[in-house]
Order: sequence, then C-alpha cells, then structure tokens
Amino acid sequence: MNYLPHTTEDRNDMLAACGVEDISDFFAIIPEKKRFPTLDLPEPLSEMEVLRELKELAESNADAEHHPCFLGAGAYHHYVPALVNHMLLRGEFLTAYTPYQPEVSQGTLQTMFEYQSMICALTGMEVANASHYDGATSAAEAVIMALKHFRGHRTKIVLSPTLHPQYSQVIYTYTQGMGIKTLAVNEPPDELDNLNTHIDEQTALVIMQYPNFLGELEDIENVAKASHDNGALLCVVTNPIAMGMLKPPGEYGADIVVGEGQPLGIPMSYGGPYLGFFATRQKLVRQMSGRLVGETLDVNGKPSYALTLTPREQHIRRDKATSNICTNQGLMATAAAIYLSVLGKQGLREVAELCFHKAHYASDCIDTLPGYSVRRERPFFLEFVLRCPAPVSEINAILFDDYGIIGGYDLGQDHDDLKNHMLLAVTEMNTRDDIDALVEALGAIK
Amino acid sequence: MISPNKREEPLVYELSRPGRRGIQFPDPDVPRTKLPSSLLREDLNLPEITQLDAVRHFQRLSQLNHSIDSGFYPLGSCTMKYNPRVNEDAARIPGFLYTHPLQDTNTVQGSLALMHELQEWLKEIGGFAGVSLQPAAGAHGELSGILMIRAYHLARGDKGRRKILIPDSAHGTNPASTTMSGLELIELPSDKRGNVDVKVLRSACSENVAGLMITNPNTLGLFEEHIEEVVDIVHDCGGLIYGDGANMNALTGIVRPGDLGFDVMHYNLHKTFSTPHGGGGPGSGPVGVSERLMDFLPDPLVTIIEDSDEDEPPLYGFKTPPKTIGRMKAFNGQFGTLVRAYAYIRAHGGDGLRGNAEHAVLNANYLLSKVRDAYHLPFERTCLHEFVIEGRWRDVPNVHALDISKRLMDYGFHPPTNYFPLIVKEALMIEPTETESRETLDAFADALLEIAAAAHNNPDELRTAPQTTPVGRIDEVRAARNLVLCCHTQYPSNPDPSADPES
Repeated sequence: MNYLPHTTEDRNDMLAACGVEDISDFFAIIPEKKRFPTLDLPEPLSEMEVLRELKELAESNADAEHHPCFLGAGAYHHYVPALVNHMLLRGEFLTAYTPYQPEVSQGTLQTMFEYQSMICALTGMEVANASHYDGATSAAEAVIMALKHFRGHRTKIVLSPTLHPQYSQVIYTYTQGMGIKTLAVNEPPDELDNLNTHIDEQTALVIMQYPNFLGELEDIENVAKASHDNGALLCVVTNPIAMGMLKPPGEYGADIVVGEGQPLGIPMSYGGPYLGFFATRQKLVRQMSGRLVGETLDVNGKPSYALTLTPREQHIRRDKATSNICTNQGLMATAAAIYLSVLGKQGLREVAELCFHKAHYASDCIDTLPGYSVRRERPFFLEFVLRCPAPVSEINAILFDDYGIIGGYDLGQDHDDLKNHMLLAVTEMNTRDDIDALVEALGAIK
Repeated sequence: MISPNKREEPLVYELSRPGRRGIQFPDPDVPRTKLPSSLLREDLNLPEITQLDAVRHFQRLSQLNHSIDSGFYPLGSCTMKYNPRVNEDAARIPGFLYTHPLQDTNTVQGSLALMHELQEWLKEIGGFAGVSLQPAAGAHGELSGILMIRAYHLARGDKGRRKILIPDSAHGTNPASTTMSGLELIELPSDKRGNVDVKVLRSACSENVAGLMITNPNTLGLFEEHIEEVVDIVHDCGGLIYGDGANMNALTGIVRPGDLGFDVMHYNLHKTFSTPHGGGGPGSGPVGVSERLMDFLPDPLVTIIEDSDEDEPPLYGFKTPPKTIGRMKAFNGQFGTLVRAYAYIRAHGGDGLRGNAEHAVLNANYLLSKVRDAYHLPFERTCLHEFVIEGRWRDVPNVHALDISKRLMDYGFHPPTNYFPLIVKEALMIEPTETESRETLDAFADALLEIAAAAHNNPDELRTAPQTTPVGRIDEVRAARNLVLCCHTQYPSNPDPSADPES
C-alpha cells in the first residue's frame, strides 16, 4: 500500500514537463554502483493486513488494562478522559508542524500558550516552555541552562541520591563533553540531608526530586536554602499529579521546576512519546531552551500568539544557541493542556487525593504482612518502598505468573542498600479489589 | 461580530466559572488517610469548565490551524506528506498503549519484537551495521551521533580531535549539536554549484578534525556531486562522517548512506516514515552506525536473547553496548512513534519506499519547471525532493520572501520554509512530497506565478497579506519586546474584585 496519486498519464506528462524520459533519470548524479539497491524488506501489505499483524504483536504483550499494575518509577497508569484522544485526533492539531507561520497556526500557538500558563500554575513558577522530550531530558536542559547562567564560572552540578537513576544517566550523557563536574551524591537514601554538605560556591545547580524517586516528600526548603546560600540554582523534578494537592516547588523557592508530563493525559505507551515540562523564573527566561509562545497583536490590534525569543534557538543562533532542540513534544503538550482543562482545579485535586488515599491504604495493609515492612521515614504521595522477604524479581515473577499482577520496581538494581526492596505505585486506576488481591498475593509469598 | 480587540477564541481561563467541572472521579473506595496539611497547596489556578466547553474550545482552536489534512503544506525540509490514519489506530492498540516501559521483558515481547524488526529494517534502508531507536527527534539523534564520534576518538586515545566540519547550508541543529557535545565548529563554504567546496574541505582537514556533518541531499535539495571524494577526504584525515537524515525521503531505495561511507546518520521517522508532526512533535530520531561505532550506540538496544526454534519465536531483551555514550532519554525511545513508522514501512516494502523517493523528486522537479521562469533559482541543477528559489526581484526591492509567504496563505497554502538556508538571500524552500497530486502542484504553481506578477503590478497586495486568515499579519517584534508568556496576571485564580479585568 502506498499513497501516491500519480496516474500513468500524470507521470508521463510531468516527466515530459521536466524534460526527462524516465523517473530514474533524476538520479543520474548518484554513484552508479550504489544506485538503486535492492532493499531486503518484507513484501508490502494492505492496510488491513498491517493492522492484523500489529494486533497480533500487541496481543503478545501484557498490558495494564488487563493486569492490575503497581509499577511506577517515572511512568504511571492514569485515567485519560475520552475527549483528550478525540481532540488529539483532530487533523489540524495532528498534522500541523512547528508554528513558524503564526497567521495559520493560531490553534497550536494558543494551545501552547494555555499549556505554558497551566504548567506555571501547577509548578508555582513564572514561565514555562512548550516542552522537551521527556522528564529526563528536561532535567539535562536545566543543567545546560544553569551552566549558561553562570557563564562558565561555576561548573559543578549536584544530583540528589533520590533523583530518578535514569535522569542522572541522561544528565551524564548530555554533559560528557562539557568539562564539568557532575556529582551524583551516592549516600544511602536514609541520609539525604548530607546532600547539602556537597553544595559549595562552585555549584551551579542542585537537582532534587519531589516526590523523590522513592515516592517520598523531602524538605525542599532546606535544600533551597543551602543552594541559595551558596549562590547556586535549585532545580526540582516533580510529578504533575502531585501538584494537584501539594504545595508546588515554586513556593519553596525552586529556580527551575521540571518533570515528566506523561501523567497528564498521556498513555504509558511503553515509554513514549512523553512530555518534558520545564518552568522557571522570568529573570532566567533568556537562558531557557525550547520553544516559547508569547502573546502579541496582529496588524489590526487583535490579541494573538507567536513563537518568541527565537534568538535563543538553533535556527537563528546556530552554535551559540541555548540548546539544539528543534522538534519537541507539541502534541503531548496539547494532550496535557486538554487534560488539565477538563480536570480543572477540582478534578486534578481529586485524582491526586485518590492516588494518595489508595497508596496509603495499600501500604497500611501490606505493612501488617509478616516478612514485609514499609519504609516510613518520610511522608509519601503515591509510591512507597516495601522491604520484602525475598528478591524482588522472584516476587514479581510469582505475582505475574500466578496472580496476573504487574508488580513494583526492583530498587536493588540501582541501590545496593535496597536489595529486596520494591517500589510500589498506586493510582486511581487500582481498585480496592486490585489492592486487596495484591496484599493477598504478597501474603502468600514468603 | 467580533470586535477587533477580542481574541478569535477566548483563552480557556476566560471560559472558566467557579464550580463548573469537566469530569468526575469516583469517591475513594478505601479509607481516607489524613493529608499532611503543612504540605498542601492553598490554591491551584486551573480553569473550571464543562466538557462541552472543552470540546468547543479545542475544536475551534484546531480550526485556526493550517495542517496537512487541511491543505498543501510544502514546508521545505519537513516532509509534510500524508499521515496514514491506520498508523494512529495501530499505535492505540491496547497492548501497545497500556504497557509500562519498565515491565519485565517477558511480558512485552510484542513491543520488543516490533522494535527489533524496526532496527533491522532501518539498518537495511540506510546501509548501516547497527541502529538505536532511542533518540527522540532529529536533533537528539545528532547529539547522539556527535557524542559517539567524540567517544570513538577518545577511546582510541586520539584526544586532539575536537573540530566538526559543517557546510554553511546546514540546518541550525548541526552546529548547535556540535556545541552541546563539547566540540567546536568549522564552517565550510558551498561552491558555485551548491556543493561542499572540496578544495576548502581538503585544506580544513587535519589531525584535529573529529568529523564532518553533512546533509545529503543538502538543504538546497541538491545531491553532493563529489560525495565519494568528500567522504574519502574526511576518512583519510581520520575523521568520521555524520549524515543528517532530514532529507532521507529523497533517497529511500535510491542509495544507502552507509554504502556511501557514512559512519552515522539519524533518521527522522516523522519525515521519511510519515509519523504525524503534531504541531511541533513528537518526532523520533533513531541513529544508524557503521561497524566501528557499534559499541558506542546509546543505551539500550533491543536484541535477541534466545534464538527462535521450530515452535517458539525468539526471546527479545535489552542490551547495553560495551562503550555506550549512555542513555539519551528515560525509557525506550518514542515507542508510539516507532509503531507508526513500523506500520508505514510494512505497508510500503522496499519498492514502495523507492517509489516514494522517486515521486517526491518528480513532484519537486515538476513544480520547479513551472515556476523557474518567474523566480530566480540560485543553483541551476536538477533538484531532488525539494528546491530553493529566491523570494525577491531586483526591480521591486520592497517585496520580500516574507510577503510571498503571507500571500500564499490567501490562496489556502501553507508557505514554504522561508529565510533558510541562510546562503540564499530571501530563500523560499519548497518540498511538495510524493503524496500531492498534479492538480495541487498546478494550483500552487499558478499561485506563485500570480504572486510574482502581483509583486510587480500590485505589491501592496503582498505587503498587506494575509487577508483571509483568522488573524492578520502578526507583530512578532512586539511578542519579544513585551513578553507575555503566561496569562495569570490577567486571569488570577482569586481575582481582586476591585480590579477591572479589562484594564
């Protein structure tokens, strides 16, 4: 199946207009020995056959619609109101591109302006960009922004031990050529307060997570003070659903707030496409990377929208740009804007509270099981750490094979101190029956 | 009647009325836990609207956009071709949509099989030894590729190689990716036929050169006439070749960049393999590499852990390349975009992909043949999938490429990419793609010819354009000078009743 409109007559007439006999003549410039390779690809299929093949592949997966899922660790199974997908499938959103020409792109531009405004509201910040690839790359962009802010005078980055391990890895990847010192504080998670002792006058940026990778709520104010006392900036990675009920990092003094926007109306989809949100203070806006939409007027004085501060960007500033980002996650930001509009002030709080209550119900029940105990050093939001009587991989295998439950994240793979510790996530999608089934199953595994 | 100082569509915050709601969630089916009051927020400034408000609002907003679905969109270098709807359905099959990225690999064999197959197909299409699906977009693939080149030289103890050569016709992402990698840029001028200037290239090559980043066909839509020589010169000095795959739609089934000696290239799945551009993204930028860069690929790759036997399919899993540059993003690439690209390649097969490239090139040359007498063509050559003309005439100095672009909107067309590449004055870069019919190309050519005539007879018609769009020409300077990036000062959650919201 292809999508070409050319009839034989079209093709012949068009070739004649070009003064060319055969369509292959256009490629005479290409080295002859390498021209027109035979591609060893499967034979083409019709639309219905393609869909059948993909359905078969998809059906060999176990998904969270068919299995209770208690896996989080940076991606979460939340309810997406039906209209989000319906609106995303509007061809005018789906098949437009970056709104370089504002007169024919007001739909995308105003949607992005509304998205930016809602991200500011969630995070308690003053400006937000129109998205990065995901939460991890947003955090990496925060590092680059902080380095630019200090113009090379500060070259140290301090990463909290309870930052998502994949976020730390992405930050290392991004900065490997920059000649800076990235310090991932490798303290046991019980001694988080030691983070502050690593912050000094060489530190450009401190990155912490709230709720942290273990689901817990650490003291942002304390880290903000240590950061600011040393003149450093503080970036807080946050979960946007938690912002439905929790005081936002902006109110605790964060300079940058980033995170994974996937929980805002975007299905888990095996890891992408997701949404990196990025918010900061007005005074730092010129060091921020990514597209930005601003309000302006048209020639008749009508309020309208356009991409702005483009001299920060690669297509204008080239090697001096704040980042190389071009294509972003526009449609996912659109999903988040629609999701936040539909849930609104009340709905987002309800989802956050549902997650909170259910996670605490689950933790209370599991904590009573012999051999298991829940870490309770700090308050938590929708994820908590469970000490288990056996290796997590073994428990998860039994949970799935015998009970059809997708279990939690094995923390031992990142922290030696957390061998036999499982990170469990509970959202509004987990019914009381799901939770009770999990508790019963865990109780039977010793 | 909309007064001139009202928005075409109100902001969602303007529609908000306290107490309205768009959705209800069930009451908790578990006991409530006391909330930690000191940690709670006092207020959350989100809109309060009904579902109908939301549907109408976003439906109306969508209608203010031009899109491929609404009409011709010849935005050069962006490959705005038809996005098949079946691919949307494919990506939304529950088994794909609701799988968690950290699930045990035994429970997601379907996703892994798809990713593995796509890796293999992209290797075949590009002529590469290995492919990573991790990068999230073209620029992200560039960063991965340049970091791999850097790591390759460092692993050989070749620490002095810090320069990346980039032609002056390159996309801005190329120099920006180079800087982000910690390497330095040497810009190469183009020659009179739009190629890399081989003489200059030869003199720029030294033991300090890490590699060359090249877009082929380049942003002028022209195939490098000395590509094999260019590759040899760089390889001979010890550098590697990075291919920017933005223009791969001209080459699928025509020539494989790996066969030309490229060491690493990113694919833009949203261009060549037609995944929707979504108003700015998501894209997807897998990278393909030659044998010598295999060990440096981004982490992780999908691999076969156990081969298939008679009854059982193979067992798929992840592996970390031994000298990997690391993770480029969290989790497993833009998976939903990978599903769409898989469906697209599966529908086409090898001959279908070649047919796409051939007809993309036919359409571009046909369109060029119709407008070349009215517009100045800076390089007189057969183009591939796109071409660049100048949007200016010596005898009407007050008409610019921007005016032509805006006037095209009145004909119902999206403008070409304008003011790029930078080496052409007042550039208009036109990429029609293969899915456009002859009638559409004829109508667009007629519009360009009429505009060229009007530029001479009635230039005001261009300078006051567009007239038929939802808003008139926009003051972009004002947007930057008077920064308004967020509406909360206009629409606070708890407005002061004494304040006049209109002031």
